[in-house]
Amino acid sequence: MKVVKIIAIVLLVAFVGIQFMPTTRNQSDSVPSTDFMLVNNVPENIQKKLQVSCYDCHSNNTQYPWYNQVQPVAWFLEDHIKEGKAELNFNEWDSLSNRRKKSKLRSIIKQIESDEMPLYSYTLIHKDASFSEAEKQELIRWIEQLKDSI
Amino acid sequence: MKNLKMSIATMLLLAVSFTNAQEKEKMKMDHSKMDHSKMMNMNSDTKAEAILNDYFNLKDALVADDTKKAAQEGSKLAASLKAFDASKYTAEEQKELADIIEDATEHAEHIAKSDMGHQREHFKTLSKDMSDLIAITGTKNTLYEQFCPMYDGGSSWLSSSDQVRNPYYGSKMLKCGKVKKTIN
Repeated sequence: MKVVKIIAIVLLVAFVGIQFMPTTRNQSDSVPSTDFMLVNNVPENIQKKLQVSCYDCHSNNTQYPWYNQVQPVAWFLEDHIKEGKAELNFNEWDSLSNRRKKSKLRSIIKQIESDEMPLYSYTLIHKDASFSEAEKQELIRWIEQLKDSI
Repeated sequence: MKNLKMSIATMLLLAVSFTNAQEKEKMKMDHSKMDHSKMMNMNSDTKAEAILNDYFNLKDALVADDTKKAAQEGSKLAASLKAFDASKYTAEEQKELADIIEDATEHAEHIAKSDMGHQREHFKTLSKDMSDLIAITGTKNTLYEQFCPMYDGGSSWLSSSDQVRNPYYGSKMLKCGKVKKTIN
């Protein structure tokens, strides 16, 4: 039992210790002029959907809930955001060429269609981020239109 | 006791995330090494042909329903794309080429790490990039643009043979499609 206690204390110290290790926060005050919403004529309901379901990991600004400030959750999140932004950053949309935009839109459609995005681990906690079947269809239709207009 | 369990769980999570990060680093290093050796072995004339060649190998892997092989060919293609040298083209062509290469590289890289379904999705856009690429660079071989009306509302690909072997369906519909255009 003594050993267990020692291990427990060591782990506890480690847990407290890692809370002090820095993470990069994905937050920004300004929205660049290349933002998806600014350069496209996005209907309000679609705007809201994209903001809530996509922008946390695919833009320069994440809405952080409290548990994301606790390690090691914060590290996991940091990793997801980094990866998400590398794939697609809505804030930098207009810096892409038409070819790249079409490519990205096609991928967005496929990801939503196959329920791969938003990530399950994300919608599990962010209930409002998941799409109903009707919302999915509406969103996909709108993105298809945008893709065909480029 | 509950606290103890939580602490152990935390440590495990930590260990996993550390190894994960380390592996990623390793992979990155391997890739950069590969790119370098390829770059030195090729001169500018053959670079577009090398890209095409990798693309055809990738296509054949998809025809054969071989995900693993397709993934390998995908990373080879990504390396060849990165090694492309556009300096002998006009400024306008260079801009277009850079755009094509960037797009194609992303698709090739995704193919290198995806399942068959995704590989085929990316292959569709990649095929468009390849057509646009050779429209600028030209190629010394005769190519066939082939077309499958069924996949994703109709999808094209390039082949060096006029025999149709469908990369979007593989064995499921091997000969579905037709030659749409002969290039050269």
